[in-house]
Amino acid sequence: MNPTAYAGLFLALLPEASLAAGALLLLGLDLSLFRHRDPALRLRLALWTGAIAVVAAAVAAWLGPRGSVWGASFSLDNLAVATQVGVLALTLFALGAVRGAPTPRQPAEYVAVMLFAATGLVLMAAAQQLLLVFLSLELASLSLYVIAGFEARRPESTEAALKYFLFGGISAAFLLFGFSLIYGVTGSLELPAIAAKLAGGGATPPFLLALAMVLVAFGFKTAAAPFHLWAPDVYQGAPAPSAALISSASKLAGFVLFTRLLWSAAGAAQAPAWFPTVAAISAASLLLGNLAALAQTNLRRLLAYSAIGHSGAMLLGVMAAGRFGPAPLFYYAFTYGLAVVGAFGVIGVVDRAGGCESIADLAGLHKRSPLLAGCLAVFVLSLAGIPPLAGFFGKLSVFSAALRLGGVAGPAGLLSILAIALSAVALYYYLIVLKQALVAGPVPGARPIKVPFATALALLGSAALIVWFGLDPNQLLGVF
Amino acid sequence: MNLLPWCIYLSLAGALLSLAAGRRSPAAARWVALLTAAAAWAVTLLAAVQFVPGSSLQTLVDLAWIPMLGARYHLAVDGISMTLLVLTGLAATAGVLFSWNIATRTGEFFAFYLALIAGVYGVFLSADALLFFVFYEIAIVPKYFLIAIWGSTNREYGAMKLALYSFAGSAIVLAGLLWVYAAGGGQSFAFGELTRAAATLPPHSQIAVFGLVFFGFATLAGIFPLHTWAPTGHVAAPTGASMLLAGVVMKLGAYGCLRVALPLSPLGFAFWQAPIAWLAVIGIVYAGLVALRQEDLKFVIGYSSVSHMGFVLLGIAAANAGAVSGAVLQMFSHGVIAGLLFAVVGRMLYDRTHTRRLSELRTMPIYRLLPFAAAVFVIAAVASMGLPGFSGFPAELTILIGAWNAAHAWAAVAALGIFIAAAFTLRAVQLGFFGGAREPEAEAPPRGQAGTPHYGPISLPEKTGAVLLVAATVLVGVRPDLLLDWINPALQSPLFQAVLKGGAP
Repeated sequence: MNPTAYAGLFLALLPEASLAAGALLLLGLDLSLFRHRDPALRLRLALWTGAIAVVAAAVAAWLGPRGSVWGASFSLDNLAVATQVGVLALTLFALGAVRGAPTPRQPAEYVAVMLFAATGLVLMAAAQQLLLVFLSLELASLSLYVIAGFEARRPESTEAALKYFLFGGISAAFLLFGFSLIYGVTGSLELPAIAAKLAGGGATPPFLLALAMVLVAFGFKTAAAPFHLWAPDVYQGAPAPSAALISSASKLAGFVLFTRLLWSAAGAAQAPAWFPTVAAISAASLLLGNLAALAQTNLRRLLAYSAIGHSGAMLLGVMAAGRFGPAPLFYYAFTYGLAVVGAFGVIGVVDRAGGCESIADLAGLHKRSPLLAGCLAVFVLSLAGIPPLAGFFGKLSVFSAALRLGGVAGPAGLLSILAIALSAVALYYYLIVLKQALVAGPVPGARPIKVPFATALALLGSAALIVWFGLDPNQLLGVF
Repeated sequence: MNLLPWCIYLSLAGALLSLAAGRRSPAAARWVALLTAAAAWAVTLLAAVQFVPGSSLQTLVDLAWIPMLGARYHLAVDGISMTLLVLTGLAATAGVLFSWNIATRTGEFFAFYLALIAGVYGVFLSADALLFFVFYEIAIVPKYFLIAIWGSTNREYGAMKLALYSFAGSAIVLAGLLWVYAAGGGQSFAFGELTRAAATLPPHSQIAVFGLVFFGFATLAGIFPLHTWAPTGHVAAPTGASMLLAGVVMKLGAYGCLRVALPLSPLGFAFWQAPIAWLAVIGIVYAGLVALRQEDLKFVIGYSSVSHMGFVLLGIAAANAGAVSGAVLQMFSHGVIAGLLFAVVGRMLYDRTHTRRLSELRTMPIYRLLPFAAAVFVIAAVASMGLPGFSGFPAELTILIGAWNAAHAWAAVAALGIFIAAAFTLRAVQLGFFGGAREPEAEAPPRGQAGTPHYGPISLPEKTGAVLLVAATVLVGVRPDLLLDWINPALQSPLFQAVLKGGAP
């Protein structure tokens, strides 16, 4: 390693570096100068420092070097950079949501851990080497466990963190075991090298075992059935901004990472080995997510089941990524993240104004805060896939790619038809949410809700992006 | 002509403006809505004056939109869409006039209302199947809120049922369209390209695709047995929204059947033609018979809408130039007449008497208490029965002749529907407006009011709206050639000629 290589590595890792530096800076400031100040001020300081670090990281990622860095450990291709910027945008909106949600007890630590999670997620987007993949995934996951259980005094929050941690720990073990098998089979850790080794022969039993292990971890990370069990409890128990980050940025980075593993590492030659399994997971997620969501009365659990259903649809994008590129999947995952980060942002604000658990807690939101009600309508309708919002075009591009894989009678085609049929089911539970927010009157004694400036900015920002990417989908679809 | 897309943009801008204006005062929102609706209508009328009928879609805008999917922002117009655009402008303007009394959340009402209108204009202007579908879905969500927030009888049920039926229908359409699109290699959503792509599918797939797309759209057109959302939705909706629902939104479904589904696959159509025609005929008779037994006056009109839309579907299914042009004429005619009927019952009558039950109305001499309402209702009823001089007559007559040319039995049973329509309409007129005749003076005033019941006079917006709609039905009744001269050349396009056969235009 010569100095120029280190310089190149530093430039390539500038986004991660600025996130980590921001996190350390705000911890240091909070510990030294602002230690005895009131929590609101400490929160504001932490959020602004964090926001600046995130924006700096996004600029660095956008303007930074492209191509392979440090051997083949990182690959900063279009997908990686788009994912990094996407993850950072979602993190920024989640930071905005923190301002409106109930103030965490140690605001600086909370924001710092969010930044560490973002660091891991940004690294995940570009990682091309199995050890780095695992490290970045663990950095992100461990940080997310912490912020899921940050309200340690609330049993639900602790329960959420514990469940998330136990499931996550087991899936990490599976993943590591799978990686070691892959290393054993191919003798290399870099994805391109693995692909080159695997391209020759067919699927050997050890490799199939490794693939199964990776798919288990993938299912957990993306909350796909039957590995979804943690999701409803975590979404329900975690503080709203934590749930926002877990459901949006973490999902985007996870989908991109596993799409890379399945297509770049395993290669197209191995696709027949995992296609049926992923198709089955997709079908199970679509059915379970959409049907179980119908029965929910708790808003956060409803969003969790809807997330499971959306994972099922995104898996179709993973299957289509080999032939039609990652653009449909990225578009779907990112715009889904925008909608869900916004929805949890709204939940956080309503939570602070007197609790937001059941769907009925949204009653009369249009009177209490027209801003929140209007933004929530955009987010929920985008989740439902109503044009001209971005959610519709995500579904459209993923389904049309999946239908072209093997025609309507192929597994992906049949799943697309199933997903389209279930979107009519999904509209019912989304309209139930909007009925409370826009149609029902407020309960007696409900007061108007004041939305802090930063949160309003984040909500309007994500709503505007959803509308913009919906009106002109080419802005995102065209970058690949 | 090139201004025509502005009817979409004006309506969208009006939606945002009335939302903002509604935060100041309800009156401001009303005026913004009226001005934008009228301006959009003026745009369509201006284009109609300059319109030169031709056999092809005349492109207004054609831009690359989503290159990756081959979707284009392609707006174009022909005689069929021109007819329906003018209808939309008329129905929207009249609907605003009849919504003048909306007092709660006025700005939001007109925002949803104009967003719905923008979607409707967009559908009628789209020449790209994906764009068509996007506008089609834009029109769904506002309907839910218009009914759920400002509606009456059983509104949340009616709103949800209507939204789910519409959305399920459109999901079926999307599945069918994507199937064809993928079969064509995912290159283009242009109507002609989709037809070419469908032709490459094996026959049973063509039949399946045609069935998906046609019945998906036909759900919104109220085809039997998928019509049940229509009466409950129309009854639950506030007056302006029921005018739009029956007047133009059901036409979206019929227009989709005609523009997208019909040319998609001649082979698929050949398979489905008879089932569709019979379902349409059953719808005409069945909905008519149900209307005959209704107790709520608004339900009578709701079911009559289903019955009259059956004629549109029958005309499309008969698939000869005469029947199809009659179907388009019937879309216009029913749009105007249904709007008028809902306006009288929902706004003029119900907002004053607070009842729509025939058993209560028959005890009141409405013809003396609200003479204007009674007169307008009689005119609308006469037009609805299809008497000469009103738009329903040329429309239903051309459909029946066309259907007779296709299959005698369809026309014979459908003609029975005309008698049933006369029966339920006359019953509604008799019981609803000319009741209390036997003992007019001795009748106790309703709702315990002292003395003779006195209702507020019919307001100026109501009168204006009614006059506009009556004028339209009379004008088209006397001069149907005004619209037929637009419609018939459009049916000469190659896409339509591939499925249409026989019958002089």
